[in-house]
Amino acid sequence: MRIELRQRTEDSRLMVWLSPLLALGLTLVFGTVLFAALGHDPLRALHVYFVKPLTEAWSLEEIVVKATPLALIGVGLALVFRANVWNIGAEGQYTVGAICGSVLPVMLPDLQGPLLLPAVLVCGALGGMAWAAIPAFFRVRFGASEILTSLMLVYVAQLLLDWLVRGPWRNPEGYNFPESRLFEADAVLPALAGRMHYGTVLALVAVAALAIVLGRTLKGFEFRVIGAAPRAGAFAGFSERRSIMAVLAISGGLAGIAGIGEVSGTIGQLHPSISPGYGFTAIIAAFLGRLNPVGVLFASLLLALTYIGGEAAQVSLGVSDKIARVFQGAILIFVLACDVFIRYRLHFQPMRRPAARAEDAP
Amino acid sequence: MPGGNVLLEARGIVKRFGGLAANDRIDLAVHAGELHALLGENGAGKSTLVKILYGSLQPDEGAVSWEGRPTTVGNPAEARALGIGMVFQHFSLFEGLTVAENIALALPPDAAGRGLADDVRSVSESYGLPLDPAARVASLPVGVRQRIEIVRCLLQRPRLLIMDEPTSVLTPQEAERLFETLRRLAGEGCAVLYISHRLEEVRQLCHSATVLRHGRVVGRPDPKTASMADLARLMVGADVQGAGNREGRPAATGPVRLAVRGLSLEADTPFGVSLDDVSLEVRGGEIVGVAGVAGNGQDELFAALSGETPASDDAAIEIDGRACGRMGPRRRRRLGAAFIPEERLGHAAVPAMRLSENAVLTRHGTDPELATGGLLHLSQARGLARRIVERFDVRAPEGDPEAGALSGGNLQKFVVGRELDRRPGVLAVSQPTWGVDIGAATGIRRELAALARDGAAVLAISQDLDEILEISDRIAVISRGRLSPAVPTGDTTREAIGLLMGGAGD
Repeated sequence: MRIELRQRTEDSRLMVWLSPLLALGLTLVFGTVLFAALGHDPLRALHVYFVKPLTEAWSLEEIVVKATPLALIGVGLALVFRANVWNIGAEGQYTVGAICGSVLPVMLPDLQGPLLLPAVLVCGALGGMAWAAIPAFFRVRFGASEILTSLMLVYVAQLLLDWLVRGPWRNPEGYNFPESRLFEADAVLPALAGRMHYGTVLALVAVAALAIVLGRTLKGFEFRVIGAAPRAGAFAGFSERRSIMAVLAISGGLAGIAGIGEVSGTIGQLHPSISPGYGFTAIIAAFLGRLNPVGVLFASLLLALTYIGGEAAQVSLGVSDKIARVFQGAILIFVLACDVFIRYRLHFQPMRRPAARAEDAP
Repeated sequence: MPGGNVLLEARGIVKRFGGLAANDRIDLAVHAGELHALLGENGAGKSTLVKILYGSLQPDEGAVSWEGRPTTVGNPAEARALGIGMVFQHFSLFEGLTVAENIALALPPDAAGRGLADDVRSVSESYGLPLDPAARVASLPVGVRQRIEIVRCLLQRPRLLIMDEPTSVLTPQEAERLFETLRRLAGEGCAVLYISHRLEEVRQLCHSATVLRHGRVVGRPDPKTASMADLARLMVGADVQGAGNREGRPAATGPVRLAVRGLSLEADTPFGVSLDDVSLEVRGGEIVGVAGVAGNGQDELFAALSGETPASDDAAIEIDGRACGRMGPRRRRRLGAAFIPEERLGHAAVPAMRLSENAVLTRHGTDPELATGGLLHLSQARGLARRIVERFDVRAPEGDPEAGALSGGNLQKFVVGRELDRRPGVLAVSQPTWGVDIGAATGIRRELAALARDGAAVLAISQDLDEILEISDRIAVISRGRLSPAVPTGDTTREAIGLLMGGAGD
C-alpha cells in the first residue's frame, strides 16, 4: 500500500472547516505524548490544561480578557492576509499603539473629562496605523517585503517601550520600577464585569465590521480580488498600492487599539511586558479562524484558553511557563499541515506487481 | 500512411465525473510513426482521454495496452518510463530559471547531470528547435518556451508524443517549423497524438484522426481526404456557419469611437515591449483587427487601451471623443468601453471566485444595481451571472461555481458574455478565441460582428491570422511596438500581412 496526495478538482469546502478541528485533535494527541514524556499522567494534565479553566467563573472571565486583544488583532490580520499582504509585525503595532495611547495619560496626568478616553483610544489606533504604514510605504515604494520589515519593527517598538518606561516616562512615585504612572480614572476603559472591560465590546464591533466589509462591500471585494489575483484587480480598476496601504493601516490600527485597550483596561499603566506575544499568537488565531472574522473570534477564545491552561499547568503540574507557546505552535503547525487536505485528498494506492518490463527480464 | 505496429491501444475507456461521463467507451489505436489527430470541441473529452493515457487520471473502465501488452499507467512518471511524453497547452516552466535548469527539473536525477546543456543544444538543433540552454525563461517568447517543453520530452526519447493544442500560441512560421519537426519524428517511428482545433493544420499534418463529441468517438475520418466542413461537422454535430462574410461590405462611415493618437509608452519591465508612436482610429460599425506575432507589443497595447497602463497624456486615447489617456479602467468603462484580455485565469477572471463575483469584477463601475454606496448586492450579481450563462450558452456546473471550475472555452464565453451583455460602444479584445473550440469560437466571432453591426467600434488583437482575416473590416499589423496603418481587408493579402508581421514595415 502506498499513500499518495492527489489534487482535488475544486477546493474542499468541508475541509476548510474540518481542518482546524482535525488540528485540535492532533494537538491533543501531541499533548498526551508530551505530558507522558514529562512524567505526568496525560489525562489529568490535559484536564488541568484544557477542561478545568472552562469550569470556573474566574478563569472563564480571564479567557475573555485574553481573547479580546487576540480577536482585535486577529480580525485585522485576517483582512491583510486575505489581501495577500503578510503583516507579521502586529506585536510591534500593538506596542506602539499602547505607547501612543499612553501619551496623554502619562504626560498630561491632570487632563480629565469624558473626551479623554476616546482621545486615548484614537491615539492608540493612530499609533498602530503609523507603525504599520512604515512597511506599507517600503513595500509600495521600493517593493520591500513587508514580512521582514514589519517583523523587524517589532523589536524596534519593544526597545522604544523599554526605553520610555525606564527613562522619560518612569513613574516618579514608582520606586524606580520600570513602569509609567498609573492611568487616572477617566483614561481607563470601564469594566464590564469583573476583570472584563469594554475592549471586549470593541473587539466584537471590529469582528462584525470586518465581516461586513469583507463579505458585503465593494472595498472588501477589492481587497480579496487584489489578494487572489492582482492582475485581475488592476483590470477591474482597483489599485494594488492603495489596497496594500489600506489593509495595513486597518490591521495596524486594530492592533494599536488592542495595545492601548490592554494597557488602559487591564494593566492600568505601561511597563516593558504588556503583551505575552498577542501579536504573534493572533497570527495563529487568523489562520485557525480561516481568515474569517467570525472564525477568528472563536479561534481567539481557544488560544486564550491555551494561555490560561498554560498558567494552570504551571501552577498545578509545575511545568515550564513556555508550555502555552508550545501548544500554540503545535496548533499552528497542525492546522497548516491539515490545510493540505483542502487542495489534496489522500489516495491509497495498492502496491502493484513490478512493471511488465521487469517481468520480461530473465 | 505509415504501416507501423499498433503502439498504444485503448479499449472501452470510461471515465465519470459525478454523473457525467467525460469518456464513454472510447477506443483509440495509435501506430508507430503515425501522426494521429484527436479532434473535438471543448468538453468533448479529449483532455480526459490524454490524461488517462499519460497516467494523471485513472479510467473507471476499459483497458490500455502498450505494444500489445496490457498495462496500467499509474502516474506520469510511469508513462514517461514507457516512452510517452506530453507537451501541455499551458506550460509549466519556472520563469526565473534558465532553459537548462527547467529541463533538468523534469528529468530523472541521473539524467540531469553536467552534460545536459550540450544534450539540450544538440537535440534542439538536430530537430530544428534551436534553444540557448543558458537563457532565462522569463526573457523568452511563448514559441520558444514551447520548444523547451518539446525538447524536454525529446531528451527522454519518447515513442509516443502527446501534444495539446501546440500551435495555439505559435506564429504561422513557428507552426510550420513545428510540423517539420513532428514529421521528422514520425519518420523516425515516433507516434504523435495531436490535439487541435485547427482543422486546416490537421489536414496538412496528420495521417489519421479520431473525433470525439460528448465523450464518445463519433468518427475516424481520413484527414487527407475529408474536407474542413466534414471535419467541423463531425466535431460540432451541425453545419458550422461562418461569422458572416465581411467582404463586399461598404467601409464604415460611423463616427470615430476609439482613437489612439501618437501613443508611446516605455516598457515597464526589462522583457516588455515599448509602444512607439501608435495611432489608430476605429469607427462605429467596424471591426479593426490587429495582427502580429506574439510578443510584439500586443499586451502593452491592450493594457494602454484598457487603462491598466495609463498614458502620460490624456489626448493619447479618446473614447467617443472624450480624451481618457490618463484614466483607469473603471472610468473608461463608464465612458462605454469594454475590454476582454487574452488571459482568462488571473486577468479576465479570478479563478478562486464565483461567477457572480467575477461578474462584479468588471461591471461594478457601470451597473449601479451591483453596488450602491459601497455595498455589494450579491443576489443581483448572481442574477447577472445567470443571465450571462444562459444568453451565451456557458456550460458550467449548477449554481454559482468558481470560475476556475469552468473549462477554458466556457470561461471564455462567460468573459466575453460579461462584456457584450453591456452592449458597449467600444470594445477592445485580445485573442478572443484563444484555446476555444470551433463551435464556441464561431459563436464569439458572430457576437463580435453583431456588436459592430449595431454601431460599436471593435478592436480585435489576435495572433490567429485566419481569425483576423475572417472578422476584420480593416487590418493593422503590430511589430516591435509599432503599428502599421489599418487597411481594408479586401485590399490586402496574406503575403502583405505576413511581411508586415515579419517586420517589413519597420
